[in-house]
Amino acid sequence: MAEKILMKGNEAIAYGAIRCGADGYFGYPITPQSEVMETLMEQKPWETTGMVVLQAESETSSINMVYGGASTGKKVMTSSSSLGISLMAEGLSYLAGAELPCVVVNVMRGGPGLGTIQPSQADYFQAVKGGGHGDYKMIVLAPASAQDMYDYVGLGFDLAFKYRIPAMILSDGVIGQMMEKVEMGEMKPRRTAEQVKAECPWALTGKTPERDRNLITSLALDPNVQERVNIKLQAKYKEIQENEVRYATYLAEDAEYLFVAYGSMSRICEAAVDQAREAGYKVGLLRPITLFPFPEKQIKDMIPQLKGILTVEMSAGQMVEDVRLAVEGRIPVEFYGRMGGIIPSPDEVLDAFVKFFKK
Amino acid sequence: MKEELIIAGFGGQGVLSMGKILAYSGIMQDKEVTWMPSYGPEMRGGTANVTVILSDKKIGSPILAKYDTAIILNQQSMDKFENSVKPGGLLIYDPNGITRHPQRKDINICSIDAAEESARMGNLKAFNMIVLGAFLKKKPVVSMESVVAGLKKSLPERHHHLIPMNEDAIHVGMDKVVDINVL
Amino acid sequence: MDIKDIIKPENVVYSKTPVLSDAIMHYCPGCTHGVVHKVIAEVIEEMGIQDKTIGISPVGCAVFAYNYLNIDWEQAAHGRAPALATATKRLNPDKYVFTYQGDGDLASIGTAEVMHACNRGENIVIVFINNAIYGMTGGQMAPTTLLGQVTATTPYGRDAKLNGYPLKITELLAQLEGTCYVTRQSAQNPASVRKLKKAIRKAFENSMMEKGTSFVEVVGTCNSGWKMSPVKANKWMEENMFPFYPLGDMKDR
Repeated sequence: MAEKILMKGNEAIAYGAIRCGADGYFGYPITPQSEVMETLMEQKPWETTGMVVLQAESETSSINMVYGGASTGKKVMTSSSSLGISLMAEGLSYLAGAELPCVVVNVMRGGPGLGTIQPSQADYFQAVKGGGHGDYKMIVLAPASAQDMYDYVGLGFDLAFKYRIPAMILSDGVIGQMMEKVEMGEMKPRRTAEQVKAECPWALTGKTPERDRNLITSLALDPNVQERVNIKLQAKYKEIQENEVRYATYLAEDAEYLFVAYGSMSRICEAAVDQAREAGYKVGLLRPITLFPFPEKQIKDMIPQLKGILTVEMSAGQMVEDVRLAVEGRIPVEFYGRMGGIIPSPDEVLDAFVKFFKK
Repeated sequence: MKEELIIAGFGGQGVLSMGKILAYSGIMQDKEVTWMPSYGPEMRGGTANVTVILSDKKIGSPILAKYDTAIILNQQSMDKFENSVKPGGLLIYDPNGITRHPQRKDINICSIDAAEESARMGNLKAFNMIVLGAFLKKKPVVSMESVVAGLKKSLPERHHHLIPMNEDAIHVGMDKVVDINVL
Repeated sequence: MDIKDIIKPENVVYSKTPVLSDAIMHYCPGCTHGVVHKVIAEVIEEMGIQDKTIGISPVGCAVFAYNYLNIDWEQAAHGRAPALATATKRLNPDKYVFTYQGDGDLASIGTAEVMHACNRGENIVIVFINNAIYGMTGGQMAPTTLLGQVTATTPYGRDAKLNGYPLKITELLAQLEGTCYVTRQSAQNPASVRKLKKAIRKAFENSMMEKGTSFVEVVGTCNSGWKMSPVKANKWMEENMFPFYPLGDMKDR
C-alpha cells in the first residue's frame, strides 16, 4: 500500500498533476490556492518528469497559455480562485469552442468583486452554466477531500481528452486549505510525442506530407458552419450527460429526507445526517461529484421515497435550481446557505432541516 | 475514538504546526485526520487557529461549532472559544497574557505556563511543544512514539536534529500542566 | 507554340512556394499582409521547417492567416497570441513558433502579453504588422495611429489631448533584457521585401538558439482604412510613417 501523506488539498492538486503525467501548469498567485504553484515550484518537476511550470503575468495569460499548450495535444492545466476564473472566462469559452482538453481548478472564495478570501461555493453558476460567452459547457468535478483533489486531476485529464472538453475542478477554500491524508497513486509517465500523435490526431504536431495541416480555432464566420459547430458541441454534452454522471450517497437507502450538497458542504452535511439520525430523523445525503453532468436522473429516481429535500450550499442558492429542475415540483425542495465566506456548521444544517420539515 | 479540538492563539506561536504534528501523529496510528486552519491575513501576526480531528472512522465535517478540547493561547481566543467546549470537555490555556480567566464549571480546565517554561528551557520555539505535552498528558490520544514519527514527517530533514529538543519540551509540558477545574 | 509548350519546367522563371496555399486571399488589393505572408512562407520553405513550424494567428485582418500558410496553426483570442506561443514553445522546444499580430492586437489589448513574453525571453518569433489603424473592424484608431491621422474614431484627426500619443511599442520592447533581436522593416518595394526576408529568417533561426525573443515590426499600409489608392498609401507611409517609425535594427545580439 502506498504511503499516506498529510497534505493540503492545494498541495494534492500539485502532486496529482505531476504524478498523472501532466505536461504543463500555468498560473498566477491568488489566495486561497497559491500552494498549488508553490508546491509545483518546490517540487521542480521539470527536472524529473519534464513537466513545464510557469508563473504567468495574469490569469488572462495563464488560460491562454493553457490554450496554446492544449493545442499541441499536451496535458496542461491552471488553477485560480473565483475572481481569477472570471478573468479566464474568455479563454474558457475559446477552449470549449476550439474543443481543447485541459484542467482548470477553481478554489472558490467569497464574492462578488474582490470579496473575501474565505471559502464559498458561489461560482456554481459560473462553472456549470458557462461563465464565458456562447453555448458551452465544461465537465465540472467537485472534490470533497484532499484525496479527491489528488485523484480528480488525473480523472479530469482523462475525461477532458476523452471528450475534447475543458474539465474544471470546482473546489473551495475549505478543501484547498484543509490537510488530510492522501494516498498517492502510481506515477504515470508523460505521454511521448508519438503517443500524442496517435491519440490526438487533431493536435498541432507539425504539418507533414502525410496529413493536412491542423488548425485549432473557434472561429466560423458563416452562421451555417457555426450552427453545425454548436450542434456538434451539444451532441457531445448530451453524451457526457448520459455517460459520465458521478455521485455519492450516505445513508440514502431508507431516507425520507435528503440533503443535497457538494464539495466541502457535503462533508458538513454528512455530519448533519449523523446528528439527524441520532435525533430520530431518517435523513440521507446525495453528493453530486460531477456538477456537469448533474445527477438529475439519480435525484428523480429517489423522489418516491422522499418527503422533502434540503439543498445546502455556501451561496445564495445556485445548485438548488438544478435540484428543483430535477424534482419538477413533486416534493418540497428547500434551501439553506451561508454567504460571503461563512461556513455553516452541521448544527446549523440540522436546525434548518427541523425548521423546514419538522415544525 | 474521536477527538475534535481547536488550537487558537497568535500567529507565530506555532499553532498551525502544533496541529500539524498532532495530525501526523494520528496518521502514524492509522487514524483518520483533518487539519483545517483559519487562513488569511490573520496568519501574519494576528490570531490564528486550527481545527484538528482525529478519529478511528472517516471524518465528515472538518468544520465544527463545538469541540472536545480547546487549547487557548491568547485572550481573544479565550473570548471566542471558551463557550465552544462541549460540556465535560477540556480547556487548556497558557495564563501568560490572559486577563480574564475561564469561568466555566462544566468542563475540565488546565493551565500550562508554556511561555515561561520555554524561556526557562532557553528556547522560545519549544513553546508549542510544551503546550502539546500538556494536552497529551490530559488526553493521550496518540503515543509518544507516534509524535516522534509525526515530527519526522512534518519537519524538513534539515530540522531533524531538533527532534530530541521537541521531545524534551513535550515532557516538560506533561510535567508542568496544572489542574484548575476538575470535574 | 501553344500554352502546353510554354508551361514546362525548364521555362519556369518563378513559382509560388508550396508553403503558401492556393486559397484566394481576402486582403484588399494593396494590403501589406499578403506580401509578409509570402515572405514568411518562403523562409519556412527555404529553411525546410514546414513540419516543425506552428503559427499563431491574431484577431484582426490576419485572423485568416491560417488559410494561407500551409502549416499547423492556432488561432488566438484578441491580443493573447504571445501567451499561446509561450506555452506552445515551452512544451514543444523542437518547434519553430511564431505569432503574427496587428497593431490593435499586439500594442493595445495584448500589451501585457507581448511585454511579458518578450521580458521572459521566450524563444519565439513575433511578427508585428503596424499599419496604424484597425483594419478588420473598419478603420478605427490604433495605438500606433499618428497624431492628426483621421480614422473612424478620430474623425477630426488623432488629438493627443483626447487620445494620447502613438505608441512606439517596438522601441519599448527593445529595452527588455529578454529580446535578442528587434527590428523595424517595411515591404513596399523589392529592396525592402528582400531586407524583410533576411530579418524574418534571422528571427526564425534565433528561435532555436535559446537567445530570447525575436521581434520583427513591419510598417505597412492599409489603403482601404486610410482611404487611399495603394500607390498613394505607400507614398503616405514613406512620408508620414517612416519619420515617426524609423526603419532598421534596434537590437541584434
